Amino acid sequence: MSRKRIVTLTINGDQVELLCEPRQTLLEVLRDTLEMTGTKEGCSNGNCGACTVVMDGRPVVSCLVLAVEAEGAEIRTIEGVARGSHLDEVQSAFLEGAALQCGICTPGFILQTECLLAENPSPTEDEIRFYLAGNLCRCTGYDKIVRAVQVAAEKRQLAKS
Amino acid sequence: MATVNNPKQNPKYKVIGTRPVRHDGADKVTGRAKYGADIKLTGMLYGAMLRSPHAHARIVSIDTSKAEALPGVRAVATSADLPEQGDRVVELGEGSANMRHLSANILAREKVLYKGHAIAAVAADNIHIAEEAVKLIAVQYELLPPVLDVRKAMEDDAPILNDDIRTESVGSAPPGNDSKPTNIAKHFVFEKGDLAAGFAAADVIVEREFDTSMVHQGYIEPHNATVLWNTDGKITVWLSTQGSFSARQQTAELLKVPISSVKVIPTEIGGGFGGKISVYLPPVAAVLSKKSGRPVKLIMSRTSVFEATGPTPGSHMRVKLGATKDGKLVAGEAWIAFEAGAYTGSPIGAACMCIFACYDLPNGRVEGFDVCVNKPRTNAYRAPGSTHVAFATETLVDEICRQIGMDPADFRLKNAAKEGVRRVDGPVYARVGMVETIEAIKNSEHYKTPLEGKYRGRGIATGFWFNCGLKSAASATVNPDGTVSLMEGSTDIGGSRTGIAMQLAEALGIRAEEVTPTVGDTDSVGYCDVTGGSRVTFATGIAAIEAAKDIQRQLVDRAAMLWEVEPSQVSYHAGAVHGPEGKTLSFKEMADKLHATGGAVIGRGTSSAANQAGAFGTHCVDVEVDPELGKVQILRYTAAQDAGTAIHPSYVEGQIQGGVVQGIGWALNEEYWYDERGDMRNSTYLDYRMPTCYDVPMIDTIIVEVPDPQHPYGVRGVGEVPICPPPAAIANAIYDAIGVRMHQLPMSPPRLLSEILKKPQ
Repeated sequence: MSRKRIVTLTINGDQVELLCEPRQTLLEVLRDTLEMTGTKEGCSNGNCGACTVVMDGRPVVSCLVLAVEAEGAEIRTIEGVARGSHLDEVQSAFLEGAALQCGICTPGFILQTECLLAENPSPTEDEIRFYLAGNLCRCTGYDKIVRAVQVAAEKRQLAKS
Repeated sequence: MATVNNPKQNPKYKVIGTRPVRHDGADKVTGRAKYGADIKLTGMLYGAMLRSPHAHARIVSIDTSKAEALPGVRAVATSADLPEQGDRVVELGEGSANMRHLSANILAREKVLYKGHAIAAVAADNIHIAEEAVKLIAVQYELLPPVLDVRKAMEDDAPILNDDIRTESVGSAPPGNDSKPTNIAKHFVFEKGDLAAGFAAADVIVEREFDTSMVHQGYIEPHNATVLWNTDGKITVWLSTQGSFSARQQTAELLKVPISSVKVIPTEIGGGFGGKISVYLPPVAAVLSKKSGRPVKLIMSRTSVFEATGPTPGSHMRVKLGATKDGKLVAGEAWIAFEAGAYTGSPIGAACMCIFACYDLPNGRVEGFDVCVNKPRTNAYRAPGSTHVAFATETLVDEICRQIGMDPADFRLKNAAKEGVRRVDGPVYARVGMVETIEAIKNSEHYKTPLEGKYRGRGIATGFWFNCGLKSAASATVNPDGTVSLMEGSTDIGGSRTGIAMQLAEALGIRAEEVTPTVGDTDSVGYCDVTGGSRVTFATGIAAIEAAKDIQRQLVDRAAMLWEVEPSQVSYHAGAVHGPEGKTLSFKEMADKLHATGGAVIGRGTSSAANQAGAFGTHCVDVEVDPELGKVQILRYTAAQDAGTAIHPSYVEGQIQGGVVQGIGWALNEEYWYDERGDMRNSTYLDYRMPTCYDVPMIDTIIVEVPDPQHPYGVRGVGEVPICPPPAAIANAIYDAIGVRMHQLPMSPPRLLSEILKKPQ
């Protein structure tokens, strides 16, 4: 076992300093060290997207990022999506649109959607489906997820205008 | 919470048919919901398991000494730590299990029967130490030849997996040979009418062979369990499970402790689809906890989920159908062999019952075999067995329609199962909605709109599932502010707690938002069977309605006391108690008087007798085939299903849409891919390719409501049926597009291309 390293990063706006082994993933330290269990583990090899977080503005699967690689990074997790006690547009669209059943893939989908809407505020259905194709959902058949993303995009556009 | 208004809300009801935001929703969109892997206890250890690299081998020896000596390792377990089970078959709520097999499946004894079969487990201070320790366990194997093909496993000289299996005969099957072990665990025969006379009366007879591959439920959350075996002998299990009471019983039986020693706390569950009923990890974590004196958490890797949990079997089927030229089915015959996996228990019985279940078939014979092969022990997957056989039957029906020149919807209408029709395996249908779902598709804008374009085709198919009742319990406490706390025991995979709360609210005349539902643990609520068989909204709903009626009775008594009249002069309706001389008190007003009138009002309800009448769906799909790649694109999909009465339409639609997309995956891509040594070569999500959102279009749903008279509001379960029609509907659409008949699942690009190339150009 290698010597532990200190990693300093920003998570949901807060500066965090943690001690980790070089072999630990960002997913593992989020869940086990920092007890931020909103980020989910589905496959641990980057195929399902359940552990998606935003790292320096880009969506990443946190199971394929080593914690030491996150030194100095700005991370946004599902715990940092709501504004205080208010759900943001994406969260409320998923909730009101019944875009979740078991809910295990939901945090990953929400963060991937946040990145999509940041890049492309009015995506077409095809653009939504393409951008979210790295996130697997086995319950919903994606119909209501895609619709929720459309609703969230509209709401966010309305809020801006 | 807000209720989203549905313009087409069911006019008979106030709450039923509306779309309230689910009660557990806020936790699930903020990451606060606690799933099994999120449990963390003081002093908790992390476990890892050693699994067999071989598909079939005798275990000569296991040496765990080096693993035990590794610093940070706190306990090591093998099957020697589990009690001997002997020859016991135990009823587990939705089916029975041979306990010796169940025990050997969670930790192998003399033999390993599939790659990934668990052999030993380690608990350590962290997961990395546990994984290192697993590598230090030395196992000596004596390799045996694996048998992977269901028909080869049935041959006399096939390698035998289990020395204790003799063929069990069911229905009118002849008695098996008891003198020597076999891989054929079960043999079913069901017969109806006069088969020879039926085929003699047919103008058209079609007979084909079909093969389907093993597929997995694919739930995104891997299996997990956290167990504390306390010093007082009490075992607490935090578990992602479809049935906390079944898990309690399995865990207790496997450890040979009383069920009262085991408490199962169901966490939120990240999908199941039938795959989270069997217990794999809790007894192992329990043994590790007992040995270490610490709570132990085990989580499966994705590869272990594929290799070592319970997928649904691959199959070989030979099916023959006969019809008259005016489109009346007259006879059907089927021979079906299912891969049970390592131990008996495939859904072959259900398959035999489902194969002709959509039709009024006067003469039929179905023969089925449950066959052990060196693959994981199979388990339930959404309408277990029904999707396989729907692929066969619905393809043949389409072929018959082509031959006699009849519209496939009209043919199905003419032969549809309906009230009074007897299935080949015996039961007679009560009121069912098969006809209505076909009519819904026939009248849909989709079916009425002609499909244009080269290499494009349309197909339809139907599907059936029994839906079960079984046992449920609920209790409901009235709060002084006029709300109700509902405790029920059905683990909630897809929003069921809200569907149950809505039924309680409807019965009490309050709003869905005024009920707070909780899924209780095994010490806090009465016995509930598993979340399976499309039973929860039906049966646990009935339990909740009974609890509401119990509350009504108690409130009537309280009101009678307040008004100083006889209880017989008081009644409860429209959310209020009503007495003589126009006296009335709303539910809320009564709730406010509870403390002054005798304290808490707790309603209790159970359901055990009610059974469902069965559910049907009819689907229509448009595809486009790339003739150079063999790739099939789904262009449009419409699914009609009889939901009895839709309690929460959004979640009914969600069940249909989710089932359809699982069916599309089964149809076009998903398969267990084994090499000749029995090594699964695609045990990751990258290679076991489930549909992504880019692979599918929107899934249109038509909710047909033919109320089931056995439920107070007419509910029929909706979860299972929608996975059944897609493979056949897509196969029929492929034929319509390019004139190629597919008889094998999945219809993946290489398979379809190979069939396209066989066709004379």
